Amino acid sequence: MRPRGARWRARAGLRTRLLLAFLLVAAVSAGTTATLTYRKARTAILEQAQDTAVSSFRERVSDMATPLPIEPQSLQEQLRALARQGKPHPWVVFAEYGSIRVSSGTSPVSTVITPQLRRAALANPHGGFQRVEKHGEPWLTVAVPTVFRAGKTVRPTGLVLYAVMPLSDEEANVRSMVTAARDGALPGLAVAIIPALLAARSVLRPVRDLRKASQSMGRGRLDTRIQVKGGDELADLARTFNESAIALERSVGELRDAEARARRFASDVSHELRTPLAGMLAVTEVLDEDAARLAPDTAAAVRLISAETGKLAVLVEDLMEISRFDARAAELNTDEVDVAQTIRKTLTIRRWTDPDRIVTELPDGIRARLDPRRFDIVVANLVGNALRHGGAPVTVRLRKAPEAHGEGTRLVTEVADSGPGIRPEVLPHIFDRFYKADSARTRSEGSGLGLAITLENVRLHGGTIRAANGPQGGAVFTVEIPLTGGEATGGEVRK
Amino acid sequence: MPRVLLIEDDPSVREGIELGLRRRGHEVRTAATGEAGLTAIQEFRPDLLLLDLMLPGVNGVQVCRRVREGSQLPIIMLTARGDDFDVVVGLEAGADDYIVKPARTEVIEARIRAVLRRIEEPGGRPAVELHGDLAIDRAGLTVAKAGERLALAPSELKLLLYLTAAPEQVFSRQQLLEQVWEHSYHGDARLVDACVRRLRHKIEDVPGSPRYIQTLRGFGYRFGPL
Repeated sequence: MRPRGARWRARAGLRTRLLLAFLLVAAVSAGTTATLTYRKARTAILEQAQDTAVSSFRERVSDMATPLPIEPQSLQEQLRALARQGKPHPWVVFAEYGSIRVSSGTSPVSTVITPQLRRAALANPHGGFQRVEKHGEPWLTVAVPTVFRAGKTVRPTGLVLYAVMPLSDEEANVRSMVTAARDGALPGLAVAIIPALLAARSVLRPVRDLRKASQSMGRGRLDTRIQVKGGDELADLARTFNESAIALERSVGELRDAEARARRFASDVSHELRTPLAGMLAVTEVLDEDAARLAPDTAAAVRLISAETGKLAVLVEDLMEISRFDARAAELNTDEVDVAQTIRKTLTIRRWTDPDRIVTELPDGIRARLDPRRFDIVVANLVGNALRHGGAPVTVRLRKAPEAHGEGTRLVTEVADSGPGIRPEVLPHIFDRFYKADSARTRSEGSGLGLAITLENVRLHGGTIRAANGPQGGAVFTVEIPLTGGEATGGEVRK
Repeated sequence: MPRVLLIEDDPSVREGIELGLRRRGHEVRTAATGEAGLTAIQEFRPDLLLLDLMLPGVNGVQVCRRVREGSQLPIIMLTARGDDFDVVVGLEAGADDYIVKPARTEVIEARIRAVLRRIEEPGGRPAVELHGDLAIDRAGLTVAKAGERLALAPSELKLLLYLTAAPEQVFSRQQLLEQVWEHSYHGDARLVDACVRRLRHKIEDVPGSPRYIQTLRGFGYRFGPL
């Protein structure tokens, strides 16, 4: 399972991407429209101003009588009159004639007139114009050479007049258009968020449904289905999910049925074997007693039957026990006991009391809620195995330990032998049913279910069991059973 | 040697157990059905009943109830491990002990002796003890409540005698199993619980809030204090 944060990020990611895509489209279309409109309008505004200025300046200049020779004083008067008639804004008019520089303004020479324009004015009798930018201010400069007509010939007089007009009003108009475009585009983008969110939601809802359904399936609820709405790709996905879920449910159901049948079969077989065994086991004693009086071969056969009947009874009993675990029919009949005392009793009943063979480290006063019969089976199986497969001395240790995660304490029971230990390749299978660590080992030593039953009994107590090899060699089996709070305090009460 | 009546429907089990017990000197009568068994009880007058729980027709639990209606005959159920529910039902019906099949004859015989022993060995105290309304005659092995004699099954009587021998002392269920039922230490505690329930039903004024046999949660049972 992924952490909550990552899940949230993933969901936000899809939504964010959808929103960004929507906004990008909206921004690009708004931007393109605004740019095109702006460029057209700007050109129109500037050209209009420019045409007005150029044509009216030309008209004024041609109407002006040029008194020769050039008299700066009177020329300035004329220039001022010209400047006042400026269209669409007042002009500043400059005149250049040879080395004479006169203007209608304060400075006799303009700073915005370029040499390029001067050359154009001299070359072309119609003059020229130019848009110039100076210190961020746009200017229109118009040059018109004065001419005198002698009959049909037109000749330049050498006097060139320049009109310089600021275009800041036009520029302000254009700028306000840009502002208007921006002010229109921003709400547009904001409004675009709403359909974007709606679209994201309509995409994300099926995605969320799908996620919930998958989680539910993962938790084992195989009957989970998604409600299919509409006919888009997501609905197709939901439909596919449902179909897969049906197929999965069916095959899992078949597997479960097969497994249940197999388990029931094992259980039934054991049940059926038990009745003839009950009769046979009751008479083994008779066989054993009378075997001495029989012919040697017959006696051997009779003893064999008697011995194997006993083993068969153990095997059938173990099979019954394991099928009860498989059927989850095993019950825990708990009682509060002194654990050390319980373990000692287990050892005493089986006559495992020789201090050379069994070493115990069993502190008194640890009380726990256990099923004494099942705990007895656990300890007896482990000690019995240790004595058979390992080697004496076998150490049985008991202690309380804090829980690895969270509060509470565990009851730790350890059975260690002094044998050669368990081979590493065998360790993972040690709790398997009918697993024989050594194929050469005879099966007379047990049903092959002892450790599997031990494992199930520990699990039934909510505990764990693990097998390992100790530092000095020798196998170590560790059983850990949780002690809940109530039982831990019970340990304080002494009788 | 005790006379044993075995009610068991499976012929090989019936024959095997009969053979084993007879070899050990018991006088054994067998019956294949519950009905035949109930008739045999009248004729044979057994000391103990070995009763298979799974019987065709009248089943073991029903036989157990019928016997308990008018008799304190010791009853040991024969059951199969895994038939947990049947064990509980059988114990509630009044069985004194149970044996899991398949079992060796020595195990069956040991259980028979244990169940019978407490009848044959009285507590050893003279006279009649009085505990509240209960009058316990250890020599005559009878218990009366407010002058009225109670019909207690052998296990119930033995448990009551054991608990009243040391009033107010707490016994764990495992201790009781060892002392009263002579089971090894890790016996089935449900034997004790079922027997206590039956006993309470007979001796307590209000079985739901017991006065004579009290439970100490986590520890066990004790008699009194009254």
